[in-house]
Amino acid sequence: MNFIALKMLIGDRLKYIALVAGIAFAALLITQQASIFTGYTLRTGTWIRETTAGGADLWVMDPQVQMSEGPRALSDTALQRVRSVQGVAWAVPMYKGWLECRLPDGTLLTVRLIGIDDATLAGGPPEMVEGQLSDLRRDRAVIVSSAALATDFALDRGKGRPLRVGDRVDINDHQSIVVGTYKAGPEFFWEPVVYTTYTRALTYAPRHRRLLSYVLVKLAPGADSAEVAKRIERTTGLKAHTGAEFERVTADYILKKTGILINFGMTIGLGFLIGLLVAGQTFYTFVLDNLRHFAALKAMGAANATVLRMLCLQVITVGLIGYGIGLGGASLTGIAFERGGLAFQMHWLIPTFGAVAVLGCCLIAGFLGMIRVLRLEPSVVFKG
Amino acid sequence: MDVADGVAVRCDDVVKTYGQGSSQVVALRGVDLDVKTGELMMLVGPSGCGKTTLISVIAGILDQDSGDCRVFGHDFKHMGQRDKTRYRGETIGFVFQAFNLLPTLTAAENAAVPLLINGVNRREAVERARAMLDRVGLGDRGNALPSQLSGGQQQRVAIARALVHNPRLIVCDEPTSALDAHTGHKVMELMRELALADGRCLIVVTHDARIFEFADRIARMNDGRVEKVVTSASEL
Repeated sequence: MNFIALKMLIGDRLKYIALVAGIAFAALLITQQASIFTGYTLRTGTWIRETTAGGADLWVMDPQVQMSEGPRALSDTALQRVRSVQGVAWAVPMYKGWLECRLPDGTLLTVRLIGIDDATLAGGPPEMVEGQLSDLRRDRAVIVSSAALATDFALDRGKGRPLRVGDRVDINDHQSIVVGTYKAGPEFFWEPVVYTTYTRALTYAPRHRRLLSYVLVKLAPGADSAEVAKRIERTTGLKAHTGAEFERVTADYILKKTGILINFGMTIGLGFLIGLLVAGQTFYTFVLDNLRHFAALKAMGAANATVLRMLCLQVITVGLIGYGIGLGGASLTGIAFERGGLAFQMHWLIPTFGAVAVLGCCLIAGFLGMIRVLRLEPSVVFKG
Repeated sequence: MDVADGVAVRCDDVVKTYGQGSSQVVALRGVDLDVKTGELMMLVGPSGCGKTTLISVIAGILDQDSGDCRVFGHDFKHMGQRDKTRYRGETIGFVFQAFNLLPTLTAAENAAVPLLINGVNRREAVERARAMLDRVGLGDRGNALPSQLSGGQQQRVAIARALVHNPRLIVCDEPTSALDAHTGHKVMELMRELALADGRCLIVVTHDARIFEFADRIARMNDGRVEKVVTSASEL
């Protein structure tokens, strides 16, 4: 009976195409928007991820910190207190602040200045493009993101030549020299990041009593990160997160504050609703058009379970084909988005949940038709 | 008992009503009817007299309110839904007024439907359907879609479908109403030749007086009752 179900479905070309197109559109919206959302969410943690890749196991910060871009300054003694906690192999200071940067031609922009430990350079970018991280030890040295050279750092307010290694920039009116560039992943936040040493960053930063933003911690061999984090919190009163936890805290804060979760959620919900309505309406019409044939099949001895199986096969078939087309479309747009620098990350859970959502949508859509067919009296075939 | 008597279908005092209260309509008011094995019985009468209800009850696709209706000794009333459906699929063949061929299936596939319902695999079912199409004179049209066939050809496919699984009872609803006189005549000749072979019996509901001559007996119905059973149209 399966081939009859499929032939009934595919034979009605217009409805078949409308069904597949409706579901494909829903699948495209659901998976594409979810992937863009995931891309943006992951980008909120890019800096944390890249910094953690340098070897730090824990981030220590003021308990009031809600995201990576909102550090609360700690007293200098926090570093020593953290270092004294059992299970800490080493701990280094980090400064993070937003300062004004003047390019050689006078173009002004705001940069995120990161000051990393002078001795170890721990917390620096994981991959250099030009120069070496150790070049930061040279006089007035800073390194900038290679990706921002031709955009944020381009002279003439973004229209002139890219900034180059060797160029002089003034950060908060302190003369600095670009000694290298690093490879940075795309971020959710837009101000370009400039690295220098911790000591130099403090001289650039506006005068405040407290300037320490974060303490990066490396665990002693065999130490458990959760236990050490608890110990740090208990003995210092500060908050300690692993990189992954800090990423999650940051992402949660951004999602809550910006409302992008609601916006993307609405789009995904609309995708589901559109798919449901289009598929539901079309499938129901398909069932109504074929009611006479279903009645004839039932009269000829097809059990309700058989007819139900035929209908399920039909909705699952259009669901899978539509979903495949939609997912393919989402993947293609994703490739185009990524080439254009837009956020797009199709985590394996997205196609999985997308498939469940779309098939659920199809089954709900087919439900009314199934009820109609199950309640259908086969005797209607004799009614002309 | 019934079967031993040569009775294929026996209806005793069958009553069927539709609706409730003031909108209640009595479709069958105690129908008594026997149809014998090897017999072509026609049910005739004005519209609304209960012909369609009666064949629906006989075919087990509608439950009577009271009375007995046995088909080859089996009373649908005492069968579960599942058994009833299975018995119907194995024992009864249907020819519908509007043919009811699936438009996206070929003639052979349409004719194979009862076999597929009864669990025969697709290849064998289509092969047997082609053989049956050959018997109804459509051996060369097995791959044609219903839309590519004339009305008479479509009805012949429907007849092939009704016979392909070798049912013992064939129920036809206005089999010639959509056909011209000549084609209707040929279809009835075919049905009589094929359907009544091997001890089957055939019940035909019709308004078409042109085909009365093919009946062994004609039951005239009126107002939910069988008024008269005759052996010739002239006795009606």
